[in-house]
Amino acid sequence: MVNAQQLELLIQSKLQPTHVEIQDLSGGCGQNFVVVIVSPLFEGKTTLARHRFVNHELEEIVKQVHAFTQKCYTPAQWESMKNN
Amino acid sequence: MAATLFNQNKHLKTVNMFRNSFKLFGNQIRNLSTQTRQALEQAVKEDPVVLFMKGTPNQPMCGFSLRSIQVLSLENVATDKLATYNVLSNEELRDGIKEFSDWPTIPQLYINGEFVGGCDILMSLHKSGELHKMLKEINALAPTKPEGDVAN
Repeated sequence: MVNAQQLELLIQSKLQPTHVEIQDLSGGCGQNFVVVIVSPLFEGKTTLARHRFVNHELEEIVKQVHAFTQKCYTPAQWESMKNN
Repeated sequence: MAATLFNQNKHLKTVNMFRNSFKLFGNQIRNLSTQTRQALEQAVKEDPVVLFMKGTPNQPMCGFSLRSIQVLSLENVATDKLATYNVLSNEELRDGIKEFSDWPTIPQLYINGEFVGGCDILMSLHKSGELHKMLKEINALAPTKPEGDVAN
């Protein structure tokens, strides 16, 4: 079973995020997460490449959950989204 | 509407295809067998648009698969250009496609033999209009829509 805190720790340790948001939509069963990750590591990567990268880095958790929805932004994208 | 849009024959065909490969190799094979890999390679190239999903277009068994089918239906993908494979029908297919695509989740969309992404990517490509462009480029859209005016 996975919880949001474990997931956040893993993201913090692997993806150098400047911002992380985690929603646990599973109602506690640890099976359905929606995450927003802002990291300079996404710079110059397509959406597919970003998702692949995240899937690999977080493999130990992604394998265990039923649903994992990710939104990956670079710090610049995140700033411009906030301002709109 | 999405329900009647897609043909179902492909499911049967794949189930048989994977049953055969499963029989040959039995349970000892842990990694993606050559047989399965070849079957998958063939499956993604055989049709212009290929979706690996949980359930069938008529009866998706997961919200993410349902949403993917809805997107393809909204895009007006031609019936004869789309094949869907139900990963719940076969354990080897379910595990095999994850390894084949190097992608841990279902659904998975292939266009022209190329892996496009999962549900999140499919939705964002749909919203940005890129999916429409990709489908149009390979002539995978149904020729006419009753309303006539399909966005470019």
